[in-house]
Amino acid sequence: MANEISILIVDDEESVRDSLYNWFIEDGYQVKCAEDAKKALHMLEKEKFHIILADIKMPGMDGLEMHRRIKAMHEDAIVIIMTAFAAVDTAVQALKDGAYDYVTKPFDPDDLSHMIRNASKQIQTAEENKVLKETITTLENVGDLVFESEAMTAVLKEVEKVAPTDSTVIITGESGTGKELIARAIHANSPRRYLPLVSVHCGALTESLLESELFGHEKGAFTGAMYNRKGKFEMADGGTIFLDEIATISTKMQVELLRVLETKKFTRVGGNKEILSDFRVVCATNKDLSSMVKEGNFREDLFYRLNVFNITIPPLRERTDDVPVLVDHFIDKYCSSMGRPRMKIENAAIKKLEEFEYPGNVRELENIIERAIVVGNGKEIRQKDLPGNKESNFSSVESISELEQKHIQQILDKYEWNISRSAKALELDRVTLYNKIKKYKLKKPKK
Amino acid sequence: MTTDSKSIILISNGIITPGYLQGVQEVVFQKFGLPVIIMENQGELAPFFDPYRKQYNANELLKDTARLAPANAYKTIGLYRVDLFIPILTYIFGQAILNGPTAVVSLHRLKNEFYGLKKDETLVLVRFKKVVLHELGHSFGLKHCHQYGCVMNSSTYVEELDQKSNDFCRQCLLILSSALKD
Repeated sequence: MANEISILIVDDEESVRDSLYNWFIEDGYQVKCAEDAKKALHMLEKEKFHIILADIKMPGMDGLEMHRRIKAMHEDAIVIIMTAFAAVDTAVQALKDGAYDYVTKPFDPDDLSHMIRNASKQIQTAEENKVLKETITTLENVGDLVFESEAMTAVLKEVEKVAPTDSTVIITGESGTGKELIARAIHANSPRRYLPLVSVHCGALTESLLESELFGHEKGAFTGAMYNRKGKFEMADGGTIFLDEIATISTKMQVELLRVLETKKFTRVGGNKEILSDFRVVCATNKDLSSMVKEGNFREDLFYRLNVFNITIPPLRERTDDVPVLVDHFIDKYCSSMGRPRMKIENAAIKKLEEFEYPGNVRELENIIERAIVVGNGKEIRQKDLPGNKESNFSSVESISELEQKHIQQILDKYEWNISRSAKALELDRVTLYNKIKKYKLKKPKK
Repeated sequence: MTTDSKSIILISNGIITPGYLQGVQEVVFQKFGLPVIIMENQGELAPFFDPYRKQYNANELLKDTARLAPANAYKTIGLYRVDLFIPILTYIFGQAILNGPTAVVSLHRLKNEFYGLKKDETLVLVRFKKVVLHELGHSFGLKHCHQYGCVMNSSTYVEELDQKSNDFCRQCLLILSSALKD
């Protein structure tokens, strides 16, 4: 690290400059010297130094004034003030103005080495943080969304508009359209991006579990509550909470949720201490919430509280322009995860894929491509590797739930009813899978 | 006085403890593989004394060492028993110019008795050898090494000197051999 750190020594005494120059050069730092503040500032205009070691008392401009000017030019520069014992008060003033530290001349060699080492560590940490932040932004970026259609471009424009605000967002769209990806993109482009994005799949949890999941609980709040546990609202402090399948929450939870959204205050289950959390809400649903309000199945006040900004993701069948790029993306993804060479796809197969209805949307297309890679010849995805229309999952006559039921059954059979593996393949958690098995009354075939 | 062009000159400035100069000469020869010549300087050190700091100015002593060095000396190191300082630091064990022809080293702060401990002349010699090798290393272009135990590891306390060996690590040896070939 030392050889990447640059130090500028500013002192009007030549002997001091030379001594420090020799000292730091031996330590492997990049060192330059300036005999006064004016020259130092001139050098700083041309190149960046990580650490500036400046004498407090210099003719022309003193170290304090120079420090202020350096900070105006390079906010993150580390300035260490060198002072004679008599000028400690001034050095303290420099610290108040944001100097990193001060040293009294002459220095103990060990103090000097430690100070520079600590400053170097701070620079290294700051640079690592910068890299990490960039990595996080990349991971959570809209780059994860693959599209080419005008419809999706318009959706992304909406994301761009709403992301920097603190407004609550409802994302609506059919199952499999990528609502969670949009939620991630909103979070990744918001000022809250360096704080957590906490996802809660409301549909996967029973009312009491959801309550404990959202608000947390105190030890002994209910049987099995062995420890205090933070809720998702608490975990999302400073960040964003993503409530997926919001339409599935019970009437009681709707009331609780409304109260929390209005006050940003709540208590853990079994607790009495009020907790304040600053979170932004993004929720998603595949249901028409306004119709649910009319039917009396969703609270109107909660609906208006949530429906500040609405983003609707069009179904895949309405944006067939996206099919080829999505196909490419999934071929890359699965060939790479299966350790196979990149496969091609014949034009007829692409054409066929563009004609499908996709009730399961992008998720369904993804499954088709994964299957085609598995059953195909390893070189090219052919039309015959795609499910035929008659036996396919794509009949527009079938409802989404029928398709879902069939699909879950197929996956369960494929993995011989291994719940963990099936849940992983379906990208569901195990509890949701159990709930769906119960809901569709699916049964394990007898051997 | 003239010497072979590739000799290391040790200039003793009042090092009177028997065996010290020979001990240093041997280790320098062993590590650098060059002829090592000992010279005695009878000159006064008073001009280099700073009455305010009650120490000797190592920057000035470096210049004096350069002045005393034989015309064609390869590297010259001044050996002292007085307390050295440079204006910005409270003390130094030694100083060299990186890739330069001269260095200075003092055994003043290498003595146990300086720290109120029992006299141990063997230990002083061990420390003295390490500081001489370290400063000569700088004069051959070596920077401080982060390798634990390498003689080029930076030491600001005697306790740190005692932690390291008087060997150069593999990396430093590589740089040193290349410098010695030049």
